[in-house]
Amino acid sequence: MSRIINLREALREALQEEMRRDEDVFLMGEEVALYNGAYKVSKGMLDEFGAKRVIDTPIAELGFAGIGVGAAMNGLRPVVEFMTWNFAVLAFDQIVNNAAKTLSQSAGQYKCPIVFRGPSGSAGQLAQQHSQTFESWLANCPGLKVISCIDPADAKGLLKSAIRDDDPICMMESEALYGLKGEVPEGEYLVPIGKAAIRKEGTDVTLVSFNKMIEVTKKAAIELEKEGISAEVIDLRTIRPLDHETLVTSLKKTNRMVVIDESWPFAGVSAEIAYEMQKYAFDYLDAPVTRVNAADTSLGYAPTLVEEYLPNPSKVIKAVKEVLYVGS
Amino acid sequence: MPETLVKKSTSKKKAKSTKAKSKYSKATYLKWYEIMLRVRKFEEKALFAYSKQLIRGFCHVYIGQEAIAAALTTAITADDKLVTAYRQHGVALARGLDSKSCMAELFGKSTGCVKGKGGSMHFFSKEHNYFGGNGIVGAQIPIGTGIALAEQYRGTKHLAVTMFGDGAARQGALYESFNMAMTWKLPVLYIVENNGYAMGTSVERTSNVHDLYKIGSSFDMPSEQIDGMSPEAVHEGIERAAKHIRSGKGPYFLEIKTYRYKGHSVSDPAKYRSKEELQSYLDIDPIVITEEKMLNDKIATQKDIDKIKANIKAEIDEAFEFASNSPFPLGSELYDDNYVQEDYPFIMD
Ligand SMILES: Cc1ncc(C[n+]2csc(CCOP(=O)(O)OP(=O)(O)O)c2C)c(N)n1
Ligand SMILES: [Mg+2]
Repeated sequence: MSRIINLREALREALQEEMRRDEDVFLMGEEVALYNGAYKVSKGMLDEFGAKRVIDTPIAELGFAGIGVGAAMNGLRPVVEFMTWNFAVLAFDQIVNNAAKTLSQSAGQYKCPIVFRGPSGSAGQLAQQHSQTFESWLANCPGLKVISCIDPADAKGLLKSAIRDDDPICMMESEALYGLKGEVPEGEYLVPIGKAAIRKEGTDVTLVSFNKMIEVTKKAAIELEKEGISAEVIDLRTIRPLDHETLVTSLKKTNRMVVIDESWPFAGVSAEIAYEMQKYAFDYLDAPVTRVNAADTSLGYAPTLVEEYLPNPSKVIKAVKEVLYVGS
Repeated sequence: MPETLVKKSTSKKKAKSTKAKSKYSKATYLKWYEIMLRVRKFEEKALFAYSKQLIRGFCHVYIGQEAIAAALTTAITADDKLVTAYRQHGVALARGLDSKSCMAELFGKSTGCVKGKGGSMHFFSKEHNYFGGNGIVGAQIPIGTGIALAEQYRGTKHLAVTMFGDGAARQGALYESFNMAMTWKLPVLYIVENNGYAMGTSVERTSNVHDLYKIGSSFDMPSEQIDGMSPEAVHEGIERAAKHIRSGKGPYFLEIKTYRYKGHSVSDPAKYRSKEELQSYLDIDPIVITEEKMLNDKIATQKDIDKIKANIKAEIDEAFEFASNSPFPLGSELYDDNYVQEDYPFIMD
């Protein structure tokens, strides 16, 4: 049995179910309680769980992220919501220097079971400071796991797994796609961290993406199908650890790969994937792995700049034709 | 609650308006009135444009806070430096940026004050010593402090006016900055525009300390709370602070109590506050009160006021037309101004 709900509702269900299941889980962040969440993910949760477990913070990202880390070290399982990941930059000290390193520093004595979550990526014309993606930044740091998914069913299952996981987890959602609808199973289920999902099978080229770029990728795949090009679409779901096996298996079948990634290109997720493919599937490659990223620039406000900056289906199709050596 | 201060300030104003002679000249009052009206009408036009989807993304308007803009035109000099947050249209206009380039910026047009790159949150103008609207809450507090450090370093007498909201006052950056600014006696004027709310969170819900000016006292920073609905009061507060800072004594902190009539941004219905609370501020609207005062005290005539109204209307209509008729930047301009180096090798794959 399943029903159609949107991403924000799916995430809310994950939070509610885990909070009902485990008294130690609580939610903390700006506007999460009384305002019902800046993007309404936590709507109704203050009413259900009370102010002890759904906590409004002042605008003090460094402080409340660190408070989450301390609480996690001392036995609780906090979920810390950032209004967007752009603001979590203030909290990177606590995420990178503490959450990620506590287990190592204490030689395994103190674990840090915490989930940091919020939207990542551009959401229209929001200009330079509000349009960034953070998967690449955080996936660079050992000690953290990074998940990034907009499929409602999978996002729900991943968030539940993340809350139960004993390691610190950064979860990236999408401001633009909280309303995205999808079929979500009834009842209890988990989606494992570290496993990609094949959204569409294909034989000619593997398209790898995550977060809201998966929508761009799916659109491109439909267009390509009309031109007789069969694309396999992989949704990473987890960025770190990367599901190496699914990627290599697919590449061995299609022999060509394009990564569609809203991160900046330099040292981004796409760069890591391209490295792994040339290292572990070199003999299967019929063309260099290529990628479609956000532009290597800050993003200005005007619509023309946004259009130029972001990956879109036609850019993906162009890249696919490049790796297939067909003219466009 | 703001109510207390407001009640006090209303009665103060009534008392003042019976005085025969005002402290400020006709020119000053007209200047205040003009800038407040410019900001109000600019913002109303911006909201209209937003409703027509000519402006996209975030749009945080300054309506209700105009008395602060007014005082900024008279209590500091054009050589003083200023940095603020994203609720900045009114502050930028007070600095002297013209309505055309500001409206065009909201529209994302290449004729905007930052060529369509910043939108509502990020106007800048070096010409006007305007160091921008910052979108990261509290980020401009250390930046303003650094602007002050540069002034001290060069031995000027200029202030670095550093403005932020009540929500920003809870960021750690404030405490670090206040401490260094006080220790090094930097020429910085910190202004918190306390409009009662940070998005849906009232000041009372963010701390045990509700009077923000008291934050200064743990650094021994001279600090005071002033009525932000009165241009006179804001002007006097800033003037006092500026005098102190220019004399080399270091920073000063003003808590200006004000109110935003609209929601946080266009998408916020502002359900977290009561109609009565909003009404209590509408009742002491700085534009209405200033107009009444000018007439009651015979500072200016109805004709003077009507002339300003007509000019502002024409100016804002023109700004709207200008913005509408201007072109968007080219997509390729994405690559401009990321680096000063002109031939920077971007990754272009
Ligand atoms: C570091 C950071 N955290 C959160 C946000 C999201 N945000 C934008 S404005 C705002 C409220 C700020 O309120 P206040 O400082 O009182 O300014 P006002 O909007 O009242 O002018 C928040 C939480 C942000 N932009 N930056
Ligand atoms: Mg405020």
